[in-house]
Amino acid sequence: MQALLHQLLSGVAGGAIYASVALALVMIFKATHHVNFAQGELAMFSTYIAYSLITAGIPYWIAFVLTLMFSFVFGVAVQRLVIHWFRDRSALAAVIVFIGLLVIINSMAGFLFTYTQKGFPSPFAGQAWYGTTYLSPHEVGMIVVTLIVLAIVFLFFRFTRLGLAMRAAAENPQSSRLVGIRVSWMLALGWGMAGVLGAVAGMMAAPNIFLAPDMMSGVILYGFAAALLGGIDNPWGAPIGGFIVGIMENIAGAYLVGTQLKQALALAVIVAVLTFKPSGLFGRTVVVRV
Amino acid sequence: MTAPTPPRWLDGRPWFAALLALCVLVPFLVSDYHVFQLTQILVYAIAILGLNLLTGCSGQISLGNGAFYALGAYVSVILMVNVGVPYWLTPPIAAVVCFGAGYLFGRSVARLEGLYLALATFALAIVMPQFLKHDALATWTGGVQGIVLTKPSSPVPGVLNNDQWLYFYCFLIAVVVFVIAWNVMRGRTGRALVALRDQPIAAAAMGIDTPSYKARTFGVSAMYTGIAGSLGAFVAGFISPDSFTILLSIQFLVGGVVGGIVSIFGTLFGAAFIELVPDFANKFSDAAPWAIYGVLLIVCMMVMPWGMAGLVRSVRFRLAHLSTARTKI
Repeated sequence: MQALLHQLLSGVAGGAIYASVALALVMIFKATHHVNFAQGELAMFSTYIAYSLITAGIPYWIAFVLTLMFSFVFGVAVQRLVIHWFRDRSALAAVIVFIGLLVIINSMAGFLFTYTQKGFPSPFAGQAWYGTTYLSPHEVGMIVVTLIVLAIVFLFFRFTRLGLAMRAAAENPQSSRLVGIRVSWMLALGWGMAGVLGAVAGMMAAPNIFLAPDMMSGVILYGFAAALLGGIDNPWGAPIGGFIVGIMENIAGAYLVGTQLKQALALAVIVAVLTFKPSGLFGRTVVVRV
Repeated sequence: MTAPTPPRWLDGRPWFAALLALCVLVPFLVSDYHVFQLTQILVYAIAILGLNLLTGCSGQISLGNGAFYALGAYVSVILMVNVGVPYWLTPPIAAVVCFGAGYLFGRSVARLEGLYLALATFALAIVMPQFLKHDALATWTGGVQGIVLTKPSSPVPGVLNNDQWLYFYCFLIAVVVFVIAWNVMRGRTGRALVALRDQPIAAAAMGIDTPSYKARTFGVSAMYTGIAGSLGAFVAGFISPDSFTILLSIQFLVGGVVGGIVSIFGTLFGAAFIELVPDFANKFSDAAPWAIYGVLLIVCMMVMPWGMAGLVRSVRFRLAHLSTARTKI
């Protein structure tokens, strides 16, 4: 029973990472109907920036904030410089461009920071008061940081003018343009925010999975599974999907399939959702007029 | 206005015959290492052809064809090592197995459109090495270590050395699969696939059985990729789960895009590209080939979305126009 509870809770902690990644994916999907295959690599690159700042002697939380700022600018720049040119192109062209981005960012990280694995510090000390028998302090910290970030994102979209404008631009670009919203810049801001969410996920995940150019391949897989499970066009569904797949991963890893096939579980979730309920748990079923 | 008749030197057939003759002669003129590279190019070309039939011609985006390459390689090698089947018999068996696997996967994802299919196949490619490493299969697959196999030896050692023999073996198979693909794409099936890609609703209304066509194309694509995988195992002489990561699938995509994703013969250019670029760029840095791949993917999509084949085609078209314009004067 204790073991089960332990698995359950650390599943929630892992789910926090997937929740952030899934939300980043959903934000971009909702605005542009593209799946950002490079999301994991963006997060990985941000984490390397954080690593460089921390090893340069900057205190963790200042490095954390600087990294988030960098990630925002980086996300906006990617949208403005690359993605923007492909806004009216086919799904195939978009997928190819995203894969191109993935490869470029990955090789950039390999070139600048080498391919060897690095340890990444956690800001939550090993013996802090909030650690329990079930959750390490870092896992508690992961959950808390993610919840704070999710809350900020929610408050931003719900209560600010800019958030409203971004939602409008995603929902109905033409009418938004008519009322004076600069739609393509709203999309760029969305990319920036997705970059920030990814960076949070990367920095929170890195102490557990180590820092390497391919560190996010497992995480992004679960991010996809989470986004699809929650409904890829539903920003509410994404975090819920994230926590569900996090728990599933841990429980199934411990009791069903073993640790060797953890990623296969994500594939199973993806194929099952797409086959049986493509709109996910909370998504809208899209009806297209023929 | 009728289409201009191209001048005789622009006609494809003599060029094609020359290319075939060159393919037969070259292995006797270059070093063994270059023969090995040429063989690898043929293998990649077959794999990229499989991707082009699926992604370019029928519009189903696959980022996971590397998984079928791995399947073909493993089926072949396991049959050779554990069952004792002679190597030259294994590619057809691998082809059948991969067709089955591809058909089943295609059937289960046939409803998915572009983006979602890309997602599912991306996941498949990431997961494949984990499957191959699994302990339950380790007796056959050799687990993380993989399997080393002896390269096929030439039955006519006096005439062809081992590298040359393997080259001609792959060349023969490549000619067969290219001729089949060429004929299929120009026939009824090919037109049905293009219709499905460009006008899915109209195609369905005209009586094209969408799920069945999509699943069969998936099967054929997996089959081609599987054949390439099994030949690739002979060429490399070694297989392990980590040679079949998502990067392999991305490499096929790069080859397809650079050569021309809807083209059949552009695959040869794409294959040469992904074989030769790492050879050249690795001198600078491990990351360099991938940086080149990534930049080219994006640049190709910007300036020449039909790849090299599209470029050649448009140059030919312009030359044809130019020469007819001259004869009028």
